[in-house]
Amino acid sequence: MITYLSMTKSIHDWLFSILPEGAANITEMVLIALAYLALFAVAGLYLVLLERKVAAWFQLRLGPNRVGPGGIFQTMADALKLVSKELTSTDRIDKFLYNLAPYFVIVTALLAMTIFPFSKQLQAFDPNIGMFFLLAISSIGVIGILVGGWASNNKYALIGAMRSGLQTISYELSVGLSILTMILLTGSLQLSEIIEVQRTGGWLIWQGHIPAIIAFMVFMIAGTAETNRAPFDLVEAESELGAGFHTEYSGMKFAYFFLAEFINMFIIASIAVVLFFGGWLSPFGITEGITWFPEVFWFFIKVLVIIFLMMWFRWTFPRLRVDQLLTLEWKYLLPINLVNIIFMAILIWLNWTL
Amino acid sequence: MTKDQLIKPKLKTEEYFINMGPQHPATHGVLRLILTIDGEIIKNIEPDLGYIHRSIEKMCERDSYQQIVHLTDRMDYLSSHINNEAVCLTVEKALELEVPERVKVIRTIIAELTRIASHCLWWGVMGMDVGALTTYFYAFRDREMINDIFEETCGARLTMNYNIPGGLMFDIHPNFIKRVKEFITHFKTKIPEYDRLLTGNVIFQKRTKGVGVLSKEDAISFGASGPVARGSGVSCDIRKIHPYSAYTQVNFNEVLFTEGDSLARYKVRIQELWESVAIVEQLVDNIPEGDIKVDTKAVIKLPKGEYYQRVETARGELGVYINSTGTKNPYRVKFRSPGFSNLSVINKIAKGSKIGDLVAIMSTIDIVVPDIDR
Repeated sequence: MITYLSMTKSIHDWLFSILPEGAANITEMVLIALAYLALFAVAGLYLVLLERKVAAWFQLRLGPNRVGPGGIFQTMADALKLVSKELTSTDRIDKFLYNLAPYFVIVTALLAMTIFPFSKQLQAFDPNIGMFFLLAISSIGVIGILVGGWASNNKYALIGAMRSGLQTISYELSVGLSILTMILLTGSLQLSEIIEVQRTGGWLIWQGHIPAIIAFMVFMIAGTAETNRAPFDLVEAESELGAGFHTEYSGMKFAYFFLAEFINMFIIASIAVVLFFGGWLSPFGITEGITWFPEVFWFFIKVLVIIFLMMWFRWTFPRLRVDQLLTLEWKYLLPINLVNIIFMAILIWLNWTL
Repeated sequence: MTKDQLIKPKLKTEEYFINMGPQHPATHGVLRLILTIDGEIIKNIEPDLGYIHRSIEKMCERDSYQQIVHLTDRMDYLSSHINNEAVCLTVEKALELEVPERVKVIRTIIAELTRIASHCLWWGVMGMDVGALTTYFYAFRDREMINDIFEETCGARLTMNYNIPGGLMFDIHPNFIKRVKEFITHFKTKIPEYDRLLTGNVIFQKRTKGVGVLSKEDAISFGASGPVARGSGVSCDIRKIHPYSAYTQVNFNEVLFTEGDSLARYKVRIQELWESVAIVEQLVDNIPEGDIKVDTKAVIKLPKGEYYQRVETARGELGVYINSTGTKNPYRVKFRSPGFSNLSVINKIAKGSKIGDLVAIMSTIDIVVPDIDR
């Protein structure tokens, strides 16, 4: 961890020594943005590959294994293909909105990713309203889906978009409330602060015990619904709607939607890791004393475990119907969540947390 | 403002049309459903057929009786052996041929294996239609074993042409009995796996229970047959009520459920897997020795008259009607295909449900489009 600090610090010092302050600031921001874009692309592509490998493992087959050793360049090749494809569109579409929609989705996903503390030093942006910022940003993504579905001039896309609207708006409540339950425990919205709380008292899922576990389960259900993944993939529902809201998109615009889904999955998993599993903290503090140990490792391992869980859902569960989806949220998850918040508040009031 | 205007909301919604198919993942081929939809609720379904019509019945009038058998493969391609058998049985009935016991038993074993293969494919696709993609690969793993057995026996995996009027084209492969037994032992451990993966899943139960209820009266009046009718409690298994080939020699139960919903139709097929396994198990050890065919003339001429034979395919009752004028070609051939009658219930049972339900209902009806269009 010392190494990142000294590395970023020396780059920072060097930039400020050779450039005037304004220019150095801008250059630094651009560099950070580039680093995040690279992370975004790599994470997106390799999550797709991971998904395909996990799917293959669940489905008694091999998965991609031709491009590169073990197929590791498969998604790179796919991305290259998508970049080189012609961007087609259908007749009588709303051109402006049609072209705008993918950017809504991809930019919000990228923005949300900036605030995660990958380790103590690796955090681009740490506002004191971190969790609030995350919720606000992730709600914008749905606009892209709605707009894309509407502008495509395709009834299937429109049905998919409308489903996405009602699904995301409903499940946002549960995501928000389960995060709020944990915020009661941390007393702070700042992500670095949330992790500091866990350094001394143990991971929050341990500190908050029963209500925290309930909150985690609700969060996983609602989070899966937020990312529009199976069993809540009504937005795409390939057996019902063809490809749902992105039916008419091709080439890189389709790839934006596709990558955003995987990045959103990464974001949901990261929130879960920060809120419940101690972020970059090592389990039982086993690498606490080792100064050279990259804490990023723990963060990514935990994120991958949660992502694996979400992939497990996807490849074993059937899809819910649209009314069942809403019933689950409004009749079960929301009341459970509200009771759970009160439960957590009482627990903290009586000082029964661990 | 009148009272009426006050009560009625100012916003109005409109019903709209949507074409489900001819290219759509849930129509399993080139079936076009013209849906009238209000939001997500289906108001009317109008199936539009004919996208894969190949005039098989007309082509039959041109061909000799041996050639007709080959055309029937292309109707319900998932139970091609049973289709072949239906034509052969009709011709044998007309010629009053008594085929050897060996032929009957082999035909029955292969017919039941075909049924298992067909139900396996249906199960995989059913899972896919309700969004559980993994089922497909589990089902294909087991179906592959059956296809390998077929390939070894007659050289083809799907369109088999193993039957000829009067018997079988070749004798079974020496490995046949061994491999069928291997398959049975393997498959008996896999049906419970199917149940664990999909049947017991709470989401799946919610998606299918009480969805697309077909009453017993409707099932009869629409002429539904096979698992669709048996899910509504109509006893219509041709293997039981008009036994043919070796079905008189075996013990098996007709699977009946009375709920009539998608889950009942699903359970009928899963239970039928067990019954088919039982039939194969009883027969595979007792294949009698003997000839594999009765010699017929090179040019078969049926006596003047009308002939009809029914068989139970994986989808229901297949009837073959041959009207002969005594020449080497039939005067008229008519196939009563199960898929056509089963599809006709869709507007009755899926009206008022959601788009997602329609997909599940279509899947439990188990249509094969070339069987509907012929």
